Amino acid sequence: MQRIVISALSGGLFGAGLLVSGMTDTTKVQGWLDIFGAWDPTLAFVLGGAILPMMLAWQMTTKRATSLAGAPFPSKPDPRLGHNLIIGSVLFGAGWGLVGLCPGPAIASLSWGGTGGIVFILAMIAGMMAAPSLRLRIDKVAAI
Amino acid sequence: MIQTDWIWGLVGGLMIGSAAAILLLGNGRIMGASGIIGGLVDRSGLGDWAERVAFLAALVVIPALMLPLYNVEISTKITSNLGIVIAGGLMVGLGTRLAMGCTSGHGVCGISRFSLRGIVATVFYLLAGGIAMVLFRHGLGLI
Repeated sequence: MQRIVISALSGGLFGAGLLVSGMTDTTKVQGWLDIFGAWDPTLAFVLGGAILPMMLAWQMTTKRATSLAGAPFPSKPDPRLGHNLIIGSVLFGAGWGLVGLCPGPAIASLSWGGTGGIVFILAMIAGMMAAPSLRLRIDKVAAI
Repeated sequence: MIQTDWIWGLVGGLMIGSAAAILLLGNGRIMGASGIIGGLVDRSGLGDWAERVAFLAALVVIPALMLPLYNVEISTKITSNLGIVIAGGLMVGLGTRLAMGCTSGHGVCGISRFSLRGIVATVFYLLAGGIAMVLFRHGLGLI
């Protein structure tokens, strides 16, 4: 139960932050990516602001054995990059630019995003369903 | 000149980072939106489905409850071209699950621990997003 409450607290604060920061507004995200248009630097403030508390949090994980709920902290980041990371990030970035939504803000704006928002989420879920088999195929080709 | 939008961006960003810190220090989990959704979609994360559902439910409900605080109408201003919406959604879903992370997982949680994967992923999705704007907005005039 404790873990579920913590998850809900985190999700709620995440959603509030996405709304407050303006990241559920697709034109602000596209404005950030559009360096040759009317460039909007807001996203840099959002990302910078979000990284600060997390740097402190990662620092705190080195001083404690387990999380509050007793679970171990995530293991050290995997140093291997791999083809899937690059191909996936390029695909994600292109789709992000095309519509101006990434997964968090797409879900956060569900209640006011209208038909377009729901269609985006459904398409995103379809893409997520296709990912595991494609990931294996990319690994196989990369191994040749 | 500092604009109000930038200040709200910073405030919202601090809230997003604090949300990620709560999940990390509380549950020992990385707050990645695509991972939390994707684990339910491809059934790889059904072991803790209740936590994922609780996170996503709060992610929808809390901003919905905050809307009346705004005097102006809040809109995502998403394009009305459903073909573009579907193409973008497919790319975001497929791409984030191939890369195992999105703006929150690789961007916020990865960069803050100086993860090479997080930094490289962020560089590539920012570059791809910028190129998409050049291509689809300034080149083809689609968006």
